[in-house]
Formats: sequence, structure tokens, C-alpha cells
Amino acid sequence: MNLSPLHLCLLFSSALFCIGLIGALCRSNTILVLLGVELMLNAANLNFIAFWRFGPAPSAETGVIFVLFSIAVAAAEAAVGLALVISIYRHQQNIRLQEANRLKG
Amino acid sequence: MLELGAFLRLMTLPVHLLWLIAALPLLAAGIGALTPRRGRALAAGVAIAAMALSFLLSCAALATALAQPAAHLVHNFAWFDLGLGPLRLGWLLDPLTAFMCVMVTLVGLLIFVFSVGYMHADANSTRFFCFMSVFAAAMLGVLIANSLLLLFVCWELVGLASYLLIGFWFHKPAAAAAAKKAFITTRIGDLGLLLGMLWLYDSTGTLLFFDAGNGVLEAGALGALTAQTTIGGLAVSTAIGLLVFCGAIGKSGQFPLHVWLPDAMEGPTPVSALIHAATMVAAGVFLVARVYPLMAADQALAHVPIHALTVVAFIGAITALMGAMIAVAQNDIKRVLAFSTVSQLGYMMLALGVGSWVAAIFHLLTHAFFKALLFLGAGSVIHAAHHEQDIRRLGGLRGPMRTTFATFAIGMMALSGVPFLFSGFWSKEAILHAAHAWNGSSLPLFAGLAAVVLTAFYMTRLVAEVFFGAPRSEAAGHAHESPPTMTIPLIGLAVGAVLLGFLGTPAYPWLQARLLGETEVHGHSLLEGGGLMMLSIVLVALGIGAGWAIYWRRLRATATALDPLERATPRTFAALAARLGFDELYAATVGRLSNATAALADALDRHVWDGAIRFLARLGEFTGVVSRETDEDMLNGGFDAGSESLRGTGKLYSRAQTGETHGYLRVIAIGFVLLVLIVMMGGGQ
Repeated sequence: MNLSPLHLCLLFSSALFCIGLIGALCRSNTILVLLGVELMLNAANLNFIAFWRFGPAPSAETGVIFVLFSIAVAAAEAAVGLALVISIYRHQQNIRLQEANRLKG
Repeated sequence: MLELGAFLRLMTLPVHLLWLIAALPLLAAGIGALTPRRGRALAAGVAIAAMALSFLLSCAALATALAQPAAHLVHNFAWFDLGLGPLRLGWLLDPLTAFMCVMVTLVGLLIFVFSVGYMHADANSTRFFCFMSVFAAAMLGVLIANSLLLLFVCWELVGLASYLLIGFWFHKPAAAAAAKKAFITTRIGDLGLLLGMLWLYDSTGTLLFFDAGNGVLEAGALGALTAQTTIGGLAVSTAIGLLVFCGAIGKSGQFPLHVWLPDAMEGPTPVSALIHAATMVAAGVFLVARVYPLMAADQALAHVPIHALTVVAFIGAITALMGAMIAVAQNDIKRVLAFSTVSQLGYMMLALGVGSWVAAIFHLLTHAFFKALLFLGAGSVIHAAHHEQDIRRLGGLRGPMRTTFATFAIGMMALSGVPFLFSGFWSKEAILHAAHAWNGSSLPLFAGLAAVVLTAFYMTRLVAEVFFGAPRSEAAGHAHESPPTMTIPLIGLAVGAVLLGFLGTPAYPWLQARLLGETEVHGHSLLEGGGLMMLSIVLVALGIGAGWAIYWRRLRATATALDPLERATPRTFAALAARLGFDELYAATVGRLSNATAALADALDRHVWDGAIRFLARLGEFTGVVSRETDEDMLNGGFDAGSESLRGTGKLYSRAQTGETHGYLRVIAIGFVLLVLIVMMGGGQ
């Protein structure tokens, strides 16, 4: 099988995405779920970079800039997520996601 | 001797392979991270093997660097392209890097071996060796970096590793708090470093140290930086130098950011040894030595309000004196050593400030050996006395712990600067001579001389209290010598603590000459400048004599007896024991400011934003009341059935709101898969 570098990158990022998805779906620890979400986000970033690098116009900086923005947003999102985890811990003395269901309809 | 020379010539490490020195411990950390908890022998073995290999590579690098000491061997490469040009990083090999690498890997190796004995009972020692390897790798990265950016990245990794290791026993609240304190306090300094770095990049367009004439430490860039002035008439190089120095203040525990260093004692003792000797605090001194051309660039300018190095010298002098004073009144064996580190780091900064960076590096190298020795000796004592660290409750350990006592005494004499035989004497002498020769002010010299007396005094006190007299607690009474994995590193470090001084005696200053890039060694007779040397010998004798008279002659009888100094001057002693109240000062100023800001944000959130929302809610409620009135009066009846069915639908839908986050995630995932399938089918048409 003859794979181009773009294919390899995409395969790698899909694998990363799947690992993140499974982590987010199957873990009960809220922090590990957040980790899974971050992995998925990084897989998306990797796709951006791959398409930029091997795409038609690698001289334009859009891919890199977009990913830099995405990383900055992810950092902010992680801060919010961790703050939520702390406040969940304060309410229920653990961070099991199944137990955080007091707002259900 | 000839064979050795030939062998050394064979040992070369090309500069483009320099990264291997830092990569090996990093690889060991990776293996350690993947090792299950029971595989502690594997994790320790891999970490030690990696350090040993790194040590050999560092020796080869040293041989390479010494073959042409005046050259800065560099290997630069592009990291990535962005904007106008590539962002470049690189490796740098010169005698400074090489000597530091050899020291860090050798001291680190001995500490790792010691840790095998010290941590053998800890269930998490796999994690411990993983973090220690990260620590060593990050420090080695700082040393070999040829770019301020790469140095900064590794510098932050050093901070991260220190956080993880100080808080290694995170179930102890004190350890978790100390780890946070170390991380946040050093971060304050790092902000300065970051700003300095940005400014430097803005003014010169590069962050490489040496780059065939285009680096920031080379004449072209330095000339441009000194030619411009900024706010207050400062040369730009002065301002950038001071900002970079902020990073060193944080990392090297200089006044006023020294408060984290004594608290860092909460980590396991080998971590303290690594922090205080080879890595963390050495990084700050190394940074200033590395960017020394930048710091010293403004020396030639006459009409500037202040030179960067003057600030360095005074900060160093204050720290040296203050650390030594506080160390006199501490009762925890590790805290005494911690404040002595603060004081010795002050010496190094003082040496940098008065213009002798080679003396600073010489003291850094000798200090690494004897301070690691002292900390590991303290670790051996603590290990034997079942984690008793209070020197009032120790005592009488000379008999049962002969090897530890002998090596600790060597470390104590090296730190005190006992003349001629011990390394600390020669390196301290070099610093005092440099301070004497400085024509800025004589205050640093006096601070240094006063610290000499105090250092000898508190070290005598420590040895007298811990090793002499009768055991003053049950744990101390049952102490026995530590296993060979702990005593052999002690002996190795003790040998270094004695021999290393002879590399840089005034009669044959080989180390200094090589660091300065000279191939000839110009020694001079010891009698030249002998007056200062005599004075410092007298001061050391005075300090040890006072310690002997106060603590040794009448040894402490019980653990609760008052310290003789406490009896004589209770108030001074209490102030020193409370570390001059810096923690309280920061809690009352910075801490309170931060709390006030948090309270303000809380009040804004509670009253202003919540008030706005409550107002909207009231508005809604009001509208609701109005509409209900309308409803009940006018449209009653026929709508009830409709409402009932609406409610039923709502109930049905609300079942989807299970409150189970995983359920929502699953729905999102299934939806995503469906979306992908639809797109793919659409693409097929």
C-alpha cells in the first residue's frame, strides 16, 4: 500500500480522534473525559496542519494561525472545564460524571 | 597521563549530537512513565543507566569543548516557518555548557543511586524516578540550548518537574501547598523573563545566542541594544538584562522571591538535593552567566542611571547575608541547609554582579557537590531516625552513623570554607577577591565577609546538635547506618567536595582559564591578595569558634531546652526563626490583594450580574402575571386541553434529559457518525 504523508497524518489523527472519543464516552472520571475531549480537539488541529502542509498553498499561514487560535481557545476551555470539575467535587465530594445529574428534567 | 590525554582526544561529541545528553534522561522518563507500579527496579535501573550514559556523553562534550575553549560550537536548525522567516533553535557547546553538564549528570547520577536506598519503601518510586529523570532532562536542556526560547521552554519544564517532585507526597497538605508556592513564586520571575525575551526578539529579530555574528550575545546585536535608550534613560540592554534577571531571581531563590526555596523541603530529600545542588536553583545562576555579555553590555556606558550588574551584585549581597542570618535560627535540619543554599546562591549572584562570572560558576560547581553531599547526609540521618528532622530531637548520631558523620563533616567544612583542603574555601575565596576588586561599592564585600562568619557558625551548630551529645528522642537513639546505596554516593560526593577546589586555586586557576576560553593558565602566588585570604580564614575560625563555644562546649541536654541564642536574645532569635516575616508580609500584601480581587469579582458576579438577571426574571414574571390575568379572564376554557397535550409532550421530551452526561455524549457521537455517513453517501453520488 502506498500512502502519501497526508494520508498518514489523516490516519494518525483519526486514530487520535477515536481514542479521544472512546475515552470521553467510557470514562467516569470527569478529568479523563476532559482529556478525551482534548485529544479529539488535537486530532482536529492535526488535520488542519496536515491539510495546510500538504495542501495546495502551504505558503499561506492560515492553517498555522487557525491552529494557534484553536489551541488558545482550547486552553481557555480547559480552564473552564477544570473549574467545573472543582465545583462538581465541592458539591458531591467526588468527580464521577454519572453522579452529576441533579439538573435532570 | 599521556594515555589519558590520548583517550580524551578520542572522546569527542560533535555538537549536532549534543541533544543526546538531554534526550537520554527524557527517554528514561518516558519508559518510567509506562512502567507499572511494581516495576520499580526497572524504572530506577533505566533512570540510572540513562544518567550514566549522559555523564559519559557530557565528558566527551567536555573533551570536545576543551580542545578549543575559546570557540562557541553551535548547531542551529529551523524549528518551523512562520511569517517572515523560520523560527530557529540550536545547540551550543562551550566550556560553560560542558562543565555544567558534567556536574549535573555526575551529581544527578549519585543522587539517583542514593534515591534507590531512600525511596525503597515508597510505593510510588516508579513515578519518582520518572519525575527525577524529567527534572534532569529539563535542566540539561537549559544547559545545551543555544536559543533563549529553547532555554525558556526547558526552564519551564524544570519548574514543572520541581512542582511535581516537591508535591510528590501530595497527600500531605504542606507538601501540596509548598509545591504550589514554588510554582507560583517562580512564575512571577518567569513573567519578567518572558517579557525580556519578547523585547529582545522585538529589538534584534532573533533569540539565538550565537549565530555566526548574528546572535544576540554577539557584538552586532549588543551594540544595537546599548545604543538605544528607553524609559528613565536606561539602555535597552540594561532593561532587557534586568527583566531576564527577574527569571533568575525567581528560579535561584534570590531576595525577594526566596520564600519558596525553604518550603520546597517538603519533597523527598533526594529531590531537595537535586533542587539545591544540580538543577533548579543552578539554572538561575547559569542563565545570568549564559547571557553575561548582554548583562555586561552597558558597562561601557557612562551616562546611564544604573548598570544591570550593579543590581545583580546588590541583590546577591542582600540574599547572601539574609539567608545566612535566618539559617542561624532554624531547627529543622533541612531548613538550615535550605537557607544556607539561599545564602550561597546570593554569593554566586554577587560574583556575577561584580563581574566575575567564572568565580560564580566555580562556586556553583563546588557548591553542587558539597550541598548535594549535605542534603543526602541529612537524608541519611532522617532515614535512620524515622523521619525525625528536628535537630533538637536528634543528637548523638556520630557513633552509630560513622560514614554519614564523616562525609557530612566534610560537607560542613567545605561549606564553611575551612582553608586549603576543601573546595568551598577556594571558590568562596575567588568570589571575595572579585568583590574586593570591584570598584562599584564595598558593601557586597562586607556582606560576603559577614556571611562567611555566619555560615561557619550555623554549620558548626548543626553538626554539634545532630551528631554530638546524647540522643534526645527514641528515634535518634535507635538510629543505625544507612545501606550502601546511600553511603556510597555520600563518599563519592565527599571526594568531589574536597578535590574540586584544586581545579581553580589562585596558584593554578585551570577552571577559570578554560571557562574564559584561554588555553594558557596564568596562576599567581597565594601571597598576592593574601591579606583578604588571611581575613577570611580568621573569620571562618571566628565562626567555628563561636559555634564551638556556644553549642559544642555545653551540648544540649534535652529536646525542649532553649537554644542558647534564644536565651540571650529572644526577640532577634524569634524574628530569625520566623524567617524575618517574609511569608507573613506577602500574605498581608500580595495575598490580601489577590483575595480582595477575588472578593470584588465575587461581589460583581453576585450583585451586579445576578441583579441584572434577577431583574430580567422579575420582568418576565411580571409579564407572566399580566398574561395570566389576560388568560384567565379572557381565554379560559378551550386552551386547557391544548395545554394538557403540550405538557404531555414536554414530559415525553424531558425523558431524554436523563442528566446522564455520557448519554448526551453518546447521542452526539451517534449523530456525528450519521452525519459522516450522509456526507459519504452524498459524496458517492
